[in-house]
Amino acid sequence: MADKTLVMGAVAYAPKVVTIWDGFKEYFAGHDLAFDYVLFSNYERQVQALFDGGIDVAWNSPLAWIRAERIGRARGQPVRAIAMRDTDCDLTSVIVVRSDAGIKTVADLKGKRVGVGAIDSPQATLIPLNYLREQGLKPGTDFTVRRFDVLGGKHGDHIGGERDAAQALMAGELDAACMIDGNHLLFVSEGTLPAGRTRVLAQTPAYDHCNFTVTARAPGAQIEQLHRLLMSMSYADAAVRPLLDLEGLKAWKQGRTSGYALLEKAVDAARFYDTQGTIVEPEYRY
Amino acid sequence: MNPSIDIDDLGFERGAHLLIKHALRGVAPGGRLAVSCRAPDFGVHLLGWCRAQGHRLELSAQTPGLAWITPGDAHANRWHGAERAGAPTPSSPQADGVAASDVADHAAPAWGLAARGALVEAGGPDFGFALDTKRAIWADDVAHLYAQAQAQQWNPDDAIDWTQPFELPDEVEDAVVQVMTYLIENENAALLVPARFLGQVHPHFREVTQLLAIQIADEARHIEVFTRRAQLKRRRMGVSTVGGQASLKTLFDESEFAVASFLLSVLGEGTFVSLLRFLQEHAPDPVTRQIARLTARDEARHVAFGMAHLEYQLQHDPELRGRLALAVQSRFDTLAQTSGLNEEVFDALVLLAAGGWSIGQIASGFDKVQALKQDMAGGRQMRMKRLGFELGEAKRLAALHTRNFM
Repeated sequence: MADKTLVMGAVAYAPKVVTIWDGFKEYFAGHDLAFDYVLFSNYERQVQALFDGGIDVAWNSPLAWIRAERIGRARGQPVRAIAMRDTDCDLTSVIVVRSDAGIKTVADLKGKRVGVGAIDSPQATLIPLNYLREQGLKPGTDFTVRRFDVLGGKHGDHIGGERDAAQALMAGELDAACMIDGNHLLFVSEGTLPAGRTRVLAQTPAYDHCNFTVTARAPGAQIEQLHRLLMSMSYADAAVRPLLDLEGLKAWKQGRTSGYALLEKAVDAARFYDTQGTIVEPEYRY
Repeated sequence: MNPSIDIDDLGFERGAHLLIKHALRGVAPGGRLAVSCRAPDFGVHLLGWCRAQGHRLELSAQTPGLAWITPGDAHANRWHGAERAGAPTPSSPQADGVAASDVADHAAPAWGLAARGALVEAGGPDFGFALDTKRAIWADDVAHLYAQAQAQQWNPDDAIDWTQPFELPDEVEDAVVQVMTYLIENENAALLVPARFLGQVHPHFREVTQLLAIQIADEARHIEVFTRRAQLKRRRMGVSTVGGQASLKTLFDESEFAVASFLLSVLGEGTFVSLLRFLQEHAPDPVTRQIARLTARDEARHVAFGMAHLEYQLQHDPELRGRLALAVQSRFDTLAQTSGLNEEVFDALVLLAAGGWSIGQIASGFDKVQALKQDMAGGRQMRMKRLGFELGEAKRLAALHTRNFM
């Protein structure tokens, strides 16, 4: 008998990933969906597995979505985003400076040191650097880029790089640091950035984050069932709530792909992937 | 009408979320809250905060620092299915502040460590508290006993005058050291046996956990003062025997709280109260007499809880009486091949009561210890009668109690 188990790929960016997907697996099993997951150490191999048939669905970072979308288009196997978290929608990144640094406008960053996250972080590197590029400042030429590379291949899922950059900003080793909006709130709340000592110099337009990605050859009925179960998960359900809390959402939403344009442009400008989804960034290690 | 709030320049790094959350409580279903704030970075932080909270946010394109928040349903959903850990407390309190209706007959595993009466979110972890029924651990006057225990705590440094001058003959001092060594061994059991049950009691029955905790602290203090007395004049402790430890081991092997409470508190500690009062009266030095007086008072309270609990449980479970009788018989059978109270302890008690080696002193000491044993057996009989045992049965079981006293 053929194995009807739906297999999902996820990237192990922290130990809690096992708790999360074990919990989902149990929940799905209780609702008659045979489901299993495979953990990858990086998104690049996960995207390859999506096309090689190793997995049916990928819990993808926005950068992994871009690569999957490009590979799928090049191979004639278009991909779909079937669902995402409510917290994946309409994020922004911010460029933060010390309040007393005398940096008033983005143009004042010329000749300065700007800290970013991991080389593959959409929110802390690719999108904010492209924002500065579009404001007329070329990274590495008009200002120095200092990368806080934590866990390559995990697309910035690990908060460490952004926190390291924030600490370096306060230590005077940087003139500006890039991070996702929610992390500025977190760092201010936890005291990594003392209250009143920093200010947001610039905020990027909104973009979207993770999604469940499937290819056209994914088993339709099971994908439909997965989608239905995700949409039926309620924060009012005590059995589900801890899983949603761990994964950082209150409700699953329909997948949308309209929020990735900003990252598309950033990937092209940084020459991170080519149009076929091939990795072209020479310094990228994962 | 939709409410609005102006929080001036109070940003998220200084508690803006508290005022916003407070104002959101006043938003009617389907409504939204207008928020004005002049703090730097307010819009950035509000965006992140609303996303994490599941609220919808609209920032004014015209007016910086103005936003509208449409509250999501995450907060209400979080408390869906929540339940109170026991009844709330509108009923008139009984003496000692405990209304009987507040204490549930069965404490739900889902209540976990929550305070009694707290609203408990559904889906919490199960701690697996084995003693989760009122019947298994409760006593009607447990709150009163706890209050009394609190009021009667004493500090060994202040309550005992360790500097009182006295000099005993060497052998009499040795006898005191041997008795202290024996007492410490028994108090180790009296500390650890309830401690093993304490971790199994559902915290809903907080008066019980509090009382057991203070009882354990009492025993810790007793171990301290017996040790200090033993080492007041000597560096070397007395002996410990296999028979003594085998007797105490049977207390560790008892898995039912009521039975352990009966063997340890009602029979063992009850017997110890007699022994400590004997020492209070006959010990040859003032320090030992002082220690005995204070520790006897604590032990009497432990006996009182054991009795009160068993009286409570027997009202609901009369068959328990049979299990208690069986436990005494079974313990006797287990220990039949052991030597009982070790000879060194018995001789030490005689010598300690005698106070010297003359024939008259020894004869007098021996008589006093015989009287002590009769007093102990009489006390056990009396307590068993109070628990509803027939006189004959009470006498028989009292006689079967371990010769090790505890």
